[in-house]
Amino acid sequence: MLEIKDLQVHYGGIHALRGISLNVEDGKIISLIGANGAGKSTTLKAIMGLVPKTAGSVLYDGKDISQDKTRDIVKNGLILTPEGRRVFPDLTVDENIALGAYTRNDRAGVAKDRKWVFELFPRLEERKWQAAGTLSGGEQQMLAVARSLMGKPKLLMMDEPSLGLAPLIVKSIFSIIREINQAGVNVLLIEQNAKAALEISDYGYVMETGVITISGTGKDLLVNDQVRKAYLGE
Amino acid sequence: MTIMDFPTFMQQVVNSLSLGSLYALLAIGYTMVYGILRLINFAHGDIFMLGAYFAFYAITIFTLPWYLAFPVAIIFTVLFGIILERFAYRPLRNSPRIAIMISAIGASYLIENLGVMIFGGRPEAFPTIQLFNQIFSIGSVKVSGVSLLIPIVTLVVLLVLFYVINKTKTGMAMRAVSKDYEAARLMGVDVNTIITITFGIGSGLAAVGAILWGMKYPQLIPLMGLMPGLKCFIAAVIGGIGDVRGAVIGGFILGFGEIMLVAFIPDLSGYRDAFAFVVLILVLLIKPSGIMGKATVEKV
Ligand SMILES: Nc1ncnc2c1ncn2[C@@H]1O[C@H](COP(=O)(O)OP(=O)(O)OP(=O)(O)O)[C@@H](O)[C@H]1O
Ligand SMILES: [Mg+2]
Repeated sequence: MLEIKDLQVHYGGIHALRGISLNVEDGKIISLIGANGAGKSTTLKAIMGLVPKTAGSVLYDGKDISQDKTRDIVKNGLILTPEGRRVFPDLTVDENIALGAYTRNDRAGVAKDRKWVFELFPRLEERKWQAAGTLSGGEQQMLAVARSLMGKPKLLMMDEPSLGLAPLIVKSIFSIIREINQAGVNVLLIEQNAKAALEISDYGYVMETGVITISGTGKDLLVNDQVRKAYLGE
Repeated sequence: MTIMDFPTFMQQVVNSLSLGSLYALLAIGYTMVYGILRLINFAHGDIFMLGAYFAFYAITIFTLPWYLAFPVAIIFTVLFGIILERFAYRPLRNSPRIAIMISAIGASYLIENLGVMIFGGRPEAFPTIQLFNQIFSIGSVKVSGVSLLIPIVTLVVLLVLFYVINKTKTGMAMRAVSKDYEAARLMGVDVNTIITITFGIGSGLAAVGAILWGMKYPQLIPLMGLMPGLKCFIAAVIGGIGDVRGAVIGGFILGFGEIMLVAFIPDLSGYRDAFAFVVLILVLLIKPSGIMGKATVEKV
């Protein structure tokens, strides 16, 4: 469904992406792992049109979207849960969730999805009148995911959803990612927690300073010597 | 200290309400634009001036009745504010902050001087509208129609504004954009559209304020936006810049303060314009982020 070919990004003089190619197939969870500064977040931002691409193409269902506006990309079902949650602190939980559905006009569908995300995260429903800035870190992460789901994603891209969370919450985030995927949403996941990510992934890519060095099924990468040394700490 | 009888005192209260309302209408534009662009729109007082002149010309040259002239003037002022943002500020949005600041100062001088060139430096008299110039007696208190009209119009405008900001999708997007452009974009919000709407609303309120101002203080000059602009910027800072409620509170503090200062201590009437600055210094000493302001970290 999503095909990235030779994507390049420059930040001023920094060549952050030096030609990335990757594929997301329907129904799959794909993960992208790599050291700090490898260019993982940049890849997702480039897909969303938040940073300009200097070369390459992004094909979504065969159509080149690399010149589209972020708004149209969102409308087409490509949704990014950004690194560091980025919930709107002064808005209530409910308003954050409503903003997730900003581009949608199908009231009934939005109401249904709102019910669905509150089922996924009952904690958020209890706190729907609370300002998002007063939520705990884990709750904010839940809100960030819930807000993304409100956009009716066909592909949900998550940038380090488990960052800074307690092990128990990390576990529940991963099980929710699976649940979302089973509900028919494709997932592109960036994780520092490489082991957990690869375990739930159908396919994985390993990035190093702007290029993809290794790729393979989640299972293969888990037993790959290089990956084990560099990213699984074994 | 002057001792006043009750009717005189009430008259001052009504005057304070009027002036406070006018300040509030103008201060909101400063605070909204600051909230979304972190820009002090130095040209906002001049947009206010344009609103007054647009209404003046609509009535005098184009001989429109007031109920058409005022909406037309408001629409033109809104368009002017939007165009100003589009051409003077948007191209500099990703430049260092100082560049857009200087552009705002330049725009302000440009509008003022074009105003002198086109409208002429001679004061013009804002047309009197009979309907609003009647004197009403409430008990022993006599008030002019305009003095009643100003707070009422302001109240209605504020209610609509607060509804838009707090209850509509667009208002929600405005609040989101003022916190985090990139995250708002990821929700599918078009940041440029929201900024355009913000300038439109700010300029519209300035035009409403200018028309009411013209009815109450019917003398127009191209520099008439200078002092009110400065004071209303101060009102926005006092209230906590970026916070719309704060701008309203700041506007009323200055309105009441000025009128009551002159009413009770006529000897100080020469210092009327200094009042705003004194309050500003006091607030900055006691609570630098303003009355409603939170101590926030500068957005990067
Ligand atoms: N806005 C920016 N301006 C300049 N350089 C940037 C910018 N954003 C990212 N970079 C640089 O681009 C490179 C890739 O950054 P990116 O955020 O994509 O890394 P990452 O793989 O997501 O790292 P992490 O795991 O730490 O989140 C880094 O060297 C970073 O310093
Ligand atoms: Mg990153």
